[in-house]
Amino acid sequence: MSTNNLNTQQTVDAAKRDFLKAGAKATAAVAVVTLAPGVTLYSVGAKAAVTGPATSERRWGMLIDATAPEDIWDIAVDACKTEQGWGGGNNPATDPQWIRKVSVKDPKTGAKATLPVMCQHCENPPCVDVCPTGASMQRADGIVLVDKHICIGCRYCMMACPYACRSFVHENVTGQKPHMPRGKGTVESCTLCVHRIDKGQLPACVEAVTTAGSDAMLFGDLNDPNSDISRAVSKYVTQRIRQDLGVEPSVHYRGI
Amino acid sequence: MRSATKFLSLVVLGFAILTGGLASPANAGEVPRPNPAKAFKGTECVEPVDVMRREHMNFLKHQRDETLREGIRGQKYSLNQCIDCHAVTSPDIMGGKVRTLKPFCAECHNYAAVSIDCFQCHTGAAVPGIGQTTSPLPNGHPAVAVPATEGGTAQ
Amino acid sequence: MALDTTVYKEIEGTGADYYALVGWLAVFAAAGLGASYYMEHYGHVVTGMTNAIVWGTPHVFAVFLIVAASGVLNVSSISSVFSKHHYKPMARLSALTALALLAGGLMVLVLDLGRPDRLIVAMTKYNFKSIFAWNIYLYTGFFVIVLIYLWMMMERRFAPHSKKAGLLAFVWRLALTTGTGSIFGFLVARPGYDAAIMAPMFIAMSFAFGLAIFILLVTVTYKASERPLGDLILFKMRNLLGVFIAAVLYFTAAMHLTNLYAAEHMGVERFILMDGGIYTFLFWVVQIGIGSVFPLALLFNPATGRTCQGISIASMMVIVGGLAQLYVIIVGGQAFPLQMFPGMEVSSSFFDGQVHGYAPSLPEVVLGLSGIATALLIVAVAVKYLPLLPVSLSDAHIRISRSLDHHIEDAPFS
Repeated sequence: MSTNNLNTQQTVDAAKRDFLKAGAKATAAVAVVTLAPGVTLYSVGAKAAVTGPATSERRWGMLIDATAPEDIWDIAVDACKTEQGWGGGNNPATDPQWIRKVSVKDPKTGAKATLPVMCQHCENPPCVDVCPTGASMQRADGIVLVDKHICIGCRYCMMACPYACRSFVHENVTGQKPHMPRGKGTVESCTLCVHRIDKGQLPACVEAVTTAGSDAMLFGDLNDPNSDISRAVSKYVTQRIRQDLGVEPSVHYRGI
Repeated sequence: MRSATKFLSLVVLGFAILTGGLASPANAGEVPRPNPAKAFKGTECVEPVDVMRREHMNFLKHQRDETLREGIRGQKYSLNQCIDCHAVTSPDIMGGKVRTLKPFCAECHNYAAVSIDCFQCHTGAAVPGIGQTTSPLPNGHPAVAVPATEGGTAQ
Repeated sequence: MALDTTVYKEIEGTGADYYALVGWLAVFAAAGLGASYYMEHYGHVVTGMTNAIVWGTPHVFAVFLIVAASGVLNVSSISSVFSKHHYKPMARLSALTALALLAGGLMVLVLDLGRPDRLIVAMTKYNFKSIFAWNIYLYTGFFVIVLIYLWMMMERRFAPHSKKAGLLAFVWRLALTTGTGSIFGFLVARPGYDAAIMAPMFIAMSFAFGLAIFILLVTVTYKASERPLGDLILFKMRNLLGVFIAAVLYFTAAMHLTNLYAAEHMGVERFILMDGGIYTFLFWVVQIGIGSVFPLALLFNPATGRTCQGISIASMMVIVGGLAQLYVIIVGGQAFPLQMFPGMEVSSSFFDGQVHGYAPSLPEVVLGLSGIATALLIVAVAVKYLPLLPVSLSDAHIRISRSLDHHIEDAPFS
């Protein structure tokens, strides 16, 4: 049991190390810290540090192992709910789902797989193309977000998304997290935990799965050839959902 | 909903002016001036008070775009920072069990008949560690809860 | 250029019938506002729409009205662009109705937004890659151009320029309907959409729906105001409506045949054409049967095609069929599941891989109907206060109009 815990801890540490990358020389005496290319920490007095902006030097991505035991995905979904404050409604057809467990089965062979599906953070996102106001947007580092400040709730992005990964907030929302404002009449979806990534943390789902001792979710910078995820996707062929559409999702899967 | 609120507040305003004028001629046409609560913690805002009064909306709007769209974080005009210092309790909001920014904002916005669109998504409620400053919570701070008038909380 | 000898006059509009009509239309329009307030207050949870069927009944009505708006303008385009001067007396009403239908359609579209209070955002922030954003320009441009066109037709000094304005309006309306069709045509991920043919098909649909509405409007208005309406103009519109219905059938057939040929689209075609339940019924029975085949039979059967009632009933059926067609396209296209893993059986708590259910709710239907009511209300009030309707559309009058332009060669439409 204790060995297991130790392994888990190591995995998390490894993931964080990969995330922060070599070159980050954070010491207390240094006022300006370069965490990584494009992520700079400015120390302002004794108060908070200013980070960013996000740059195109990074391209965040994920590699998901669909052959992992399917229970692990419940952990990922629950972690997302807790982190972002969705879930708990009683209307399955209208309640938002930012990440969901999808089961696929080949009717000819009977082969099965279960995988989590969330916003695929496409390089060419159809939701961003169709949005009339520019509320559906892509950050320089490839993260696709909804700017709820200017979302008018037309739902055209939901029509355009090939992955049904967006939800419309059909009811009043209460108890939102301070980092994740959510409101009736706007569209929302997975943010790749942008508020955590910007602090150098892993997305909540990845962290939860990793903490549970699984390596079924790998997160990192696809633009960095030395990151774990880049090494993994270059080692074996991965699949992306509806690759034929040319939208270039940044979420990769194995074993679908 | 909000336009109805605005319409109602206009009616109320008109009624107040009318009855105020009739009842006490000395006070003709005057609506009580807003009296927002003192900051819950800290003694100094990120800008001088008169600058904040005039420009807070521009600061917030500018920074929200930089934070969300460009990924610049930790700058000084943060709504969460507003909450950290200015959120107050109000018996109208969750029985006074939480500190929230809404009554503080509503005080002036009601007076100026400005409907804001922040709290449709942001709760405005204070949670531990929401702000960036390390200003200590004052002991026995005399923050007075400002009752939220109806509809003024942009709920 | 033929001299317009037509006498236009406001309708009297003082009878109890007129006030009753206007009153009822106003009630319906107000009910739509109430429905929208209800939907905004409680959220879209009170509608039949879900995270899978994101566009429902309001969009069926809104798109129908927007498509019909550009189509109804055709009557004036035929006279100004294609020089068929027997249509000229009706050009003013055609332009006004176009404006009214577009206003009604946009009202429904806007009131269904999740945040209608942020309409100003849609007017100030544009993503120029979005066909939706282009449409905002196409709609506002349509209003301006048609208003100018109407003004030039009604102001005798500008009459010589009305043809140019009419040409611009015609080109613009083609662009507008192309834009409306492309809202669906550009959706690459949905097997029910993603087809370039959507744009020309929507243009054909606009011709048919617009003319059907116009025929009903003219027959009802002329009967109610006791002004003469001759068979000549009615039969010309009847012939045209027949051609337009056939054009819609042609595009519908071409779209489905193309899809049927591609194995990857068999699923969605099987759904719409064979086992889609309500959508299959609406497609075959209402759209094709009641909305296309039956009106064609009515129009070209001498016993019914030569009567005002026959032509009016056919027009009503085209409208019913048109609404059904848009319901099948908009709701049916979403009801069929996204093909995330083609060839695989898919399931999840988010209803992946399942046909999505949708039942229109009362507020949605009321909002949709209020768009029609608003459009008709605008027309009803406008014809009372503006000289839009010719005093006579009798055969004799139409012949005079026509004889004046005998020197003009036959244009493509007849």
